[in-house]
Amino acid sequence: MIRVVLPQHLRTLAGVSGEVELCIDGAATPRAILDALEARYPMLRGTIRDQVTQERRAFLRFFACQEDVSHESADFQLPDDVASGDEPLMIVGAIAGG
Amino acid sequence: MSKARVLVGTRKGAFVLTSDGKRKSWDVAGPFFAGWEIYHVAGSPADPNRLYASQSSAWFGQVIQRSDDGGVTWAPVGNKFVYDGVPGTHQWYDGTPHPWEFKRVWHLEPSLSDPDVVYAGVEDAALFRSSDGGQNWEELSGLRQHGSGPRWQPGAGGMCLHTIILDPTNPDRIYIAISAAGAFRTDDGGKSWRPINQGLKSQYIPDPNAEVGHCVHKMAMHPSRPGVLFMQKHWDVMRSDDAGDMWREVSGNLPTDFGFVVDVHAHEPETVYVVPIKSDSEHYPLDGKLQVYRSRSGGDEWEALTKGLPQENCYVNVLRDAMAVDSLDSCGVYFGTTGGQVYASVDAGDSWKPIVRDLPAVLSVEVQTLS
Repeated sequence: MIRVVLPQHLRTLAGVSGEVELCIDGAATPRAILDALEARYPMLRGTIRDQVTQERRAFLRFFACQEDVSHESADFQLPDDVASGDEPLMIVGAIAGG
Repeated sequence: MSKARVLVGTRKGAFVLTSDGKRKSWDVAGPFFAGWEIYHVAGSPADPNRLYASQSSAWFGQVIQRSDDGGVTWAPVGNKFVYDGVPGTHQWYDGTPHPWEFKRVWHLEPSLSDPDVVYAGVEDAALFRSSDGGQNWEELSGLRQHGSGPRWQPGAGGMCLHTIILDPTNPDRIYIAISAAGAFRTDDGGKSWRPINQGLKSQYIPDPNAEVGHCVHKMAMHPSRPGVLFMQKHWDVMRSDDAGDMWREVSGNLPTDFGFVVDVHAHEPETVYVVPIKSDSEHYPLDGKLQVYRSRSGGDEWEALTKGLPQENCYVNVLRDAMAVDSLDSCGVYFGTTGGQVYASVDAGDSWKPIVRDLPAVLSVEVQTLS
């Protein structure tokens, strides 16, 4: 079971109140997790990564076990603690603007 | 009993304001989509309970929301806006080629006859159409591929397609306007387009009479006379009596002819409204006095409408999609400001009152007349 923490606005958009729990097949990579997330919550398509290029949106960051993994490849194998569900993958919005 | 429903898009959410036909007291619902920029909310003329909203954010991109119950509940629909083919380039601010990139939906225009058909005007400028209630979007790429696209360039607010006018007498005729490219018309349902900018003069571009490159801020049409168009250009208020083939200036005695909004009275096709703004570098009313100007002669002769509007220390702006009229008797006129006020006149502009006055900056105002 993978745990994902979404920014507040995306929790509202998806209609969830806390962490999201996902089951994925295979390795715990950003691509696999986002594929599963978007399959379960189609309204999130395009809000975390571009629908065509699949690039992460510029004002969002991915954190795993307190490490910034935003610039790792989409097929980067996330830490075991994320794969096991002991730690969440955190999707964080940049603190900017007003 | 008739009702009016005002749909307000702001920098931080949407609001739905409702009143009975007297339009004296208003219920305010919202914010919907709190914290997001709502560039536009529009209702279907064919089914007033069907609403569409453009919700966007620099963080999370574009979302389209749909309501089937008049704005009580909403659900996200499709948000995949992909340019047809190789998008190519337009001009950047410095004149260099810049690739077309989708940024947001500025304006939604539901079909006059089918609630599932809706058009979207987007930045970077292009026109999209959905025929399934917003689930899927397809570009009407004949516009962008007209041939002049490489010469279009963004205005200060971005290269946005902000006006979509559907001809009620001819389903194949659509007018659109882009800042800063100009106005275009299709007569074959969107397959092919031609620029309709003859008569526009823009001193701030290399060729003031160019075929494209004009910074059109908004266009309006009265449904009973679909060949007559009014335009608020960057500077100049313009009029065309031949579906945009030729324009003439009707700024007349306006104290400044810079502005963003233009609209037409619901029952008097020669009665037109604008809100003069001081200049392109000072986006607020002249002398701190918020004044709507009305012409009852289709332009040239204008009168200031000030009753109920602040006449000192007012330095708000009224953005291009932030004026609308209802079709009640007598015609209601509404506009929103960047200071968060939504003003309404129930006597065609003679007097004004704020419906609300402390919303986030207002980006758009639409009104539905409900029976």
